[in-house]
Amino acid sequence: MTEQELITNIETVPETQEYFINMGPQHPSTHGVLRLLLTLDGEIIKKIEPHLGYIHRSIEKMCEKDSYQQIVHLTDRMDYLSCHINNEAVCLCVEKGLQLEVPERVKVIRTIISELTRLSSHQLWWGVMGMDLGAITTFLYGFRDRELITDIFEETCGARLTMNYNVPGGVMFDIHPNFQKRTKDFITYFRKKLPEYDELLTGNVIFTERTKDIGYLSKDDAISFGVTGPSGRASGFACDVRKRFPYSAYDRVQFEEIVYTEGDCFARYKARIAEMWESMKIIEQLIDNIPEGEHKAKTKAVIKLPEGEYYQRVETARGELGVYIVSDNKKSPYRVKFRSPGFSNLSALDTMARGNKIADLVATMSTLDLVIPDIDR
Amino acid sequence: MDNENLKNIINSVITDCEFSGDETQFLNVIVKPEDFRKLAEFLRKNSETHMDYLFCLTAVDWITHLFTVYHLTSSINNITVVIKVKITDRENPVVDTVCDLWKTAEFHEREVYDLFGIKFKNHPDLRRILLEDDWVGFPLRKDYKDEVNIVEL
Repeated sequence: MTEQELITNIETVPETQEYFINMGPQHPSTHGVLRLLLTLDGEIIKKIEPHLGYIHRSIEKMCEKDSYQQIVHLTDRMDYLSCHINNEAVCLCVEKGLQLEVPERVKVIRTIISELTRLSSHQLWWGVMGMDLGAITTFLYGFRDRELITDIFEETCGARLTMNYNVPGGVMFDIHPNFQKRTKDFITYFRKKLPEYDELLTGNVIFTERTKDIGYLSKDDAISFGVTGPSGRASGFACDVRKRFPYSAYDRVQFEEIVYTEGDCFARYKARIAEMWESMKIIEQLIDNIPEGEHKAKTKAVIKLPEGEYYQRVETARGELGVYIVSDNKKSPYRVKFRSPGFSNLSALDTMARGNKIADLVATMSTLDLVIPDIDR
Repeated sequence: MDNENLKNIINSVITDCEFSGDETQFLNVIVKPEDFRKLAEFLRKNSETHMDYLFCLTAVDWITHLFTVYHLTSSINNITVVIKVKITDRENPVVDTVCDLWKTAEFHEREVYDLFGIKFKNHPDLRRILLEDDWVGFPLRKDYKDEVNIVEL
């Protein structure tokens, strides 16, 4: 080959091309069945197109045939890590429609269990996020501590994951005699263990390198996409429903709304760790002050909401959950809509991960804390 | 700002609208599809209302007509308004898209299209989102019949 031929050969080397990769539906870091269609240029992500619906169970359609008591049981199959809070959202919405004032004891019990649920959800998130980024220890630590909370739930609610503890008007049974003592023991224990989480990951150089300045989401985008929960607050969007529209017993406890402005994966990580401290603070303020009284207000066996529309928002571990009930004065609702936090949070994934490397997508998704049944409903 | 002020502001933009709903919940306003885009743009861009957070977008089938329901609020002040667009054409329901105003609408409008069959004009990528692409019918409509998957007791 002459020199001239060689030069032409080099010049005609084909250009790089964009190509597609399917991430999921069975990918370990999606924690469920979610398929992402990635458009890549080398390792750089050009576009993400989420394909949802692999576990769509038409919960909203099923609600149109069920009584209000039955709907509650469907909701903990949405975001199973915040099941108690989902149940609470429906119960609060139904109580709003009935204009039913629940006993003070119920409000406090619900708040304590909600915060325990949030703690256990964040512990699991912390564990699996560490595992996604290559640290097995975090997974074991997270589950070790979460086990204690599920034990408390088992004793009081009778179930460990999908508790179904709320019913319209109150909670299903009164708390177990051991509940207060065990919760206090757990808080004492976890106050010592949470700094361990920091030691393992927060100061870890490998971890910070993989999360700082990765998956940036600006405040304007967070609001526009409706990214709520710790993910939204890490971008500076003060959206905590517990502060903005207090429900149950949140108006009588002191806690900080955690807001960071960096908007990257590390800020989302810090926001959840800080929320765990705040949750413990809330529980400590309430656990010794559970008022005496009934654990359930009296409701009719067949609940009929007056004609109208009711909207209730609560703060789950992932963000703002909205329950929108349209009633036509029958024993089952005319239309129910669940505004799930995961669905809106996922829509921002494309904006967050664009321009990053494909390996960073795992970190971005983990810190978004997606629960797929919550997205698909 | 209270609901009265908000009513006046909305009335200054479009005259042909209907207010409803009890005062304890949010202010409801029912508009026609052709007026909707104008109102939405105004509420989003006006510095007084500054409704930058669309926290719920859904639809309701009332058999005689369809509603698309937009829950709007502002991240700086605590005002909330619910806009309902009344669509009387069941065969070919069309509403203007709002995904350039609120990015979250892109997914939510796809969901409404998927389950109610309401088309959003100028939406960049209007496809089914939860169900398969070859699904027949729109399940959340009240006249939807599915003898295989829905068991009537």
